[in-house]
Amino acid sequence: MIQATRRHVLTLTAGAVAAFAGGAIGIAPARADEEAFQAAIRDFTGGVEPQAGRVTLTLPDAVENGSSVPVSVAVESAMSDGDLVEELAIFADGNPLPGVAAFAFTARSGVASAGTRIRLAQSQTVVAIARFADGSVFMDSRAVEVTVGGCAA
Amino acid sequence: MSSRPRVSVPATAASGDIIEIKALISHTMESGQRRDASGNRIPRKIINAFACTFNGEPVFSCAIEPAVAANPFLSFSARVTESGTFRFTWTDDDGSVYEAEEAIEVS
Repeated sequence: MIQATRRHVLTLTAGAVAAFAGGAIGIAPARADEEAFQAAIRDFTGGVEPQAGRVTLTLPDAVENGSSVPVSVAVESAMSDGDLVEELAIFADGNPLPGVAAFAFTARSGVASAGTRIRLAQSQTVVAIARFADGSVFMDSRAVEVTVGGCAA
Repeated sequence: MSSRPRVSVPATAASGDIIEIKALISHTMESGQRRDASGNRIPRKIINAFACTFNGEPVFSCAIEPAVAANPFLSFSARVTESGTFRFTWTDDDGSVYEAEEAIEVS
């Protein structure tokens, strides 16, 4: 009976911890809602469903500080008239705004690759989507663990 | 606030080479998400666009959102077939345009 009571107390404690965690979510950095994220991607793709492949998105699996995270993208493309990447956009599903940056390439770019450093407010998924001149759309995505969010940076 | 651009372009290249260009500008990139001590939202002020041309022809450009880190850094590539000058421009939310240029000798 004593044992059962102890278990009961433990259960209550676990419940209180869960409730506290739930409260903490309320003060987490604002996250763009899923609809805003999907709408931003739709605006970029023109509604074309992105295919997997051709795009390689590189960023760390885990970072301590989200205020400056190196990210690079490379797209398989000849970058000539018949096979040209026009634009590549990066989106982040856990930032206050879904858009991050959009790179516009030309035949003079030689290759469709670029890099920058970005802010990540919390652990989330980063998506890179390339729009080709022929209308096709390809994408890659990576999950990244963020210890300290970069919103206030 | 002074915004000092820095670019890295090889001094020379062979015709047809694809070179890497790096561009950095000092800028706080105030995201518009932060609040001051009194709880008021600090207005957004970022570099919102970057462009690179070679001898007047577009090479690469970038639309930049507040999610790009302070002191925005960009790396990208260019195929060169003749000597000339790269021009770089950064556009600030306040309308300021910061510029830089680098010449390259192509043989």
